Amino acid sequence: MLIKTILISALILFSNISVAKINIEHWKTNNGASIYFIENHDLPIVDINVDFRAGSVKDTKQKSGIASLTNHLMVMGSGGIDEEDLANQFTDLGAQLNSSFNQDKSGFSLRTLSDKKNEAIDLLALVLHKPNFDKNILEREKKRYISSISQSDMMPATIASKAFMSALYGDHPYGLSGSGEANTIEKIIKKDLDNFYKNNYLSNELSIVIVGDISQKEAEDIGQKISLGFTENKIVSSIPLVREKKGEEIRISHPAKQAHLYYGAPIIKRGDPDFLSLYLGNYILGGGGFVSRLTQVIREDRGLAYSVYSYFMPYIEAGPFQIGVQTKKNQVNQAKDLIEKTVSDFIKNGPTSSELKRAKDFMIGGFPLKLDSNKSILEYVSMMAFYKYPLDYLDTFTKKIDKITAEEIKSAFQRRVDMNKFSTVIVGSE
Amino acid sequence: MKGMTLNLLKLTFILCLVPFFAQADNEIQEITLDNGMRVIVKEDHRSPVVVSMVWYRAGSLDEVNGKTGVAHVLEHMMFKGTKKTKPGEYSEIIAAAGGRENAFTGADYTAYFQRLEKSKLPVSMNMESDRMQNLVITEAEFKKEIKVVMEERRWRTDDKPKAQVNELFNSLIFRVHPYGRPIVGWMNDLENMTYDDAIEWYQMWYSPSNAIMVVAGDVDTKKVFSEAIKYFAKIPAYQVAKRKPQVEPEQNGPRRAVLKAPSKLPYIQMGYPAPTLGKDGIKNNREAFALEVLVGILSGTSSARLNQNLVRKTSRALSVGASYSMLSRGGQSTFEMYATPSKGISVVDLERDLKIELKKIVDNGVTDTELNRVITSVIAGEVYQKDSVFGAAMQIGQLETMGYSHKIVDDYIGNIKNVTSTDIQEVIKKYFHEDALTIVTLDPQPLDKNKKLKGKPHAH
Repeated sequence: MLIKTILISALILFSNISVAKINIEHWKTNNGASIYFIENHDLPIVDINVDFRAGSVKDTKQKSGIASLTNHLMVMGSGGIDEEDLANQFTDLGAQLNSSFNQDKSGFSLRTLSDKKNEAIDLLALVLHKPNFDKNILEREKKRYISSISQSDMMPATIASKAFMSALYGDHPYGLSGSGEANTIEKIIKKDLDNFYKNNYLSNELSIVIVGDISQKEAEDIGQKISLGFTENKIVSSIPLVREKKGEEIRISHPAKQAHLYYGAPIIKRGDPDFLSLYLGNYILGGGGFVSRLTQVIREDRGLAYSVYSYFMPYIEAGPFQIGVQTKKNQVNQAKDLIEKTVSDFIKNGPTSSELKRAKDFMIGGFPLKLDSNKSILEYVSMMAFYKYPLDYLDTFTKKIDKITAEEIKSAFQRRVDMNKFSTVIVGSE
Repeated sequence: MKGMTLNLLKLTFILCLVPFFAQADNEIQEITLDNGMRVIVKEDHRSPVVVSMVWYRAGSLDEVNGKTGVAHVLEHMMFKGTKKTKPGEYSEIIAAAGGRENAFTGADYTAYFQRLEKSKLPVSMNMESDRMQNLVITEAEFKKEIKVVMEERRWRTDDKPKAQVNELFNSLIFRVHPYGRPIVGWMNDLENMTYDDAIEWYQMWYSPSNAIMVVAGDVDTKKVFSEAIKYFAKIPAYQVAKRKPQVEPEQNGPRRAVLKAPSKLPYIQMGYPAPTLGKDGIKNNREAFALEVLVGILSGTSSARLNQNLVRKTSRALSVGASYSMLSRGGQSTFEMYATPSKGISVVDLERDLKIELKKIVDNGVTDTELNRVITSVIAGEVYQKDSVFGAAMQIGQLETMGYSHKIVDDYIGNIKNVTSTDIQEVIKKYFHEDALTIVTLDPQPLDKNKKLKGKPHAH
């Protein structure tokens, strides 16, 4: 069942870069999977993360939730081993298997002690290659999904977030709720999961990141072992472009004590040349926690909220720029006005030179913190691998940040961030 | 974020079994400054970063009625300026040094931390030294910040049904002990709190003799000690208030309550008072470790019983869990179970199901396979935790502020291995009886009492 490695590195093209002490080896398997390897023997641990382009963006409105259920059931029995046996085998190895899921990706990560790595990786390969998608388990999990959806649909944060994504994306799959809707989950059958798996869990859409106490040769074998269990299909379904849409304001009643406000629009995708300018600018506007303008205006000056933030979340296609705040109901209109004014000022005038300097100091001085453990390296490099960042991204990140000017930030915001296209959602408005 | 309240019981549940004690190597060194402040350093040279924390032995445990939440409010005020700096100025200094900072308040402690590139450690020490002795709390800043804290309470508790259940549960199981009060404070107390209350708290507990600094990362221990002496040794200490033992009277009869809140699904939280590990690491050792292994068997691994039996095999529950923390400064703990019933199953059914799971162990014991799984998880978890410098510093700080030595971790695995099926049966029989039960259920209410708003949200 497990395909033994027969290919060797002759077919594999290597390149490498160094970041501080991090050396990333990168190669492609001959059926198109992208492998990233960071060797580190400080701790007797091996971490592996695999990501597929199989997030909720691959769902349809009629049966939304297939992508999420597929991800969810992948770890509930494989290769004829039932879910209890599988769970027991991981537990008995002291290994941890986790799944992750978002709009773009479906991911699985394994953490194992290095002296148990062979058994644990065999199990991981089995999980990835031969999911049972058991019918009874599917029915049970559908019920759990539906209950959980109906519960979150009463929570103001979920109501607001769903309404916001729907306002931003309309019929685009980014507007769908990642875990589906009660009436779409109901319709999903085993065949849907089988087909979704077959069509979207492809070797050429697979990125694998391996970090830790393991040799290059072993990492190559793992890459082969995992990728060869998948088929290559170069004609993959593309993700529809995000169409521009008029902004709208939606207010929804709710008995909660706080109103939840979301404000924003779809703006950038991964690899966008404006990303770093927008990212750095947003740190000043609302991404920088206690030291951002939004926090200053909303929280520090007026005590209106515990948390207010803004971020750009680039997806494969245009992801949202989002501002969020929760505040006592009778303050939400005041908060809304202040947020609009703060964003508008920032777009018009850009950052001050002292703000820019402090933002750069933060980004550059704090760069080592992003990569201070095997786990954080795994997560960061997995993001780079999945979104096909250039290999020198880590090497050049601080230099690129350092070069950005206040004018470039202002220009990027003026060209890309159009408040006329923003939507506003307020749940719990009075 | 600044003002993150950590419920101690829940926090240690998250860390339960695996990472809490995961650190057997002894590269940890400490000194005590002349003013009584302790400095503990753990070197880890894998990455050029440092985590710096200052822990105060003061939390909601030390509050009095009418002033609940003041420990947490003071934590917020610690960011609001000193004799030398404006409100928020230190946050800017830390950010400009590339650092991440925050703070959290628990029942047993309040802690402030920064993560920095290793050469920036003095930036952190300078700030902590200054705000330990020179904090300025003005009425104007207080009035704004107390509003932020009230928003935090609304967000964290008032609009979250399970958080409300938990708050009610704690206040029922602890009728006398201060663990019965919410860390964030009752809303009424927040509304009536003044800046004098915050100043009083600061003057009562923020003596260097009541503080422990923990530094972990790519540092040289001797250099850290000499820096710490430079920044902290001159701060005058004062005698903090003597703490009186607070013991919850024995419970003589089940306590039940129902909480109504907007929700689709019901929910149940039930539990019993439980013993804690003695401060010497030896007293109550056998019982505490038996409970620790029990919670692992019920809920600690992917093979655990509650999920297997109630969610996967019988679909009685949508979700289920158990928690227990053996560590506590206040000398009290609880063993809790909670569950969300599946459609058609009532909270009464689930209460019975959860009790049956305990009864099965009393009748039949646990298997060697189950005991071994817990041991395997603990051993692996100990290795995995070494990957997190932050986790290492957290662990040292928590143990030490709760009154334990961080060295008790050395005996953790040995103690876990010693637990037998009989030990577990005995603690269940001794502590989990009907008269010691506390149970709170959530009675779900519709969003709108008139049910007019069901269906599509209206846009305008």
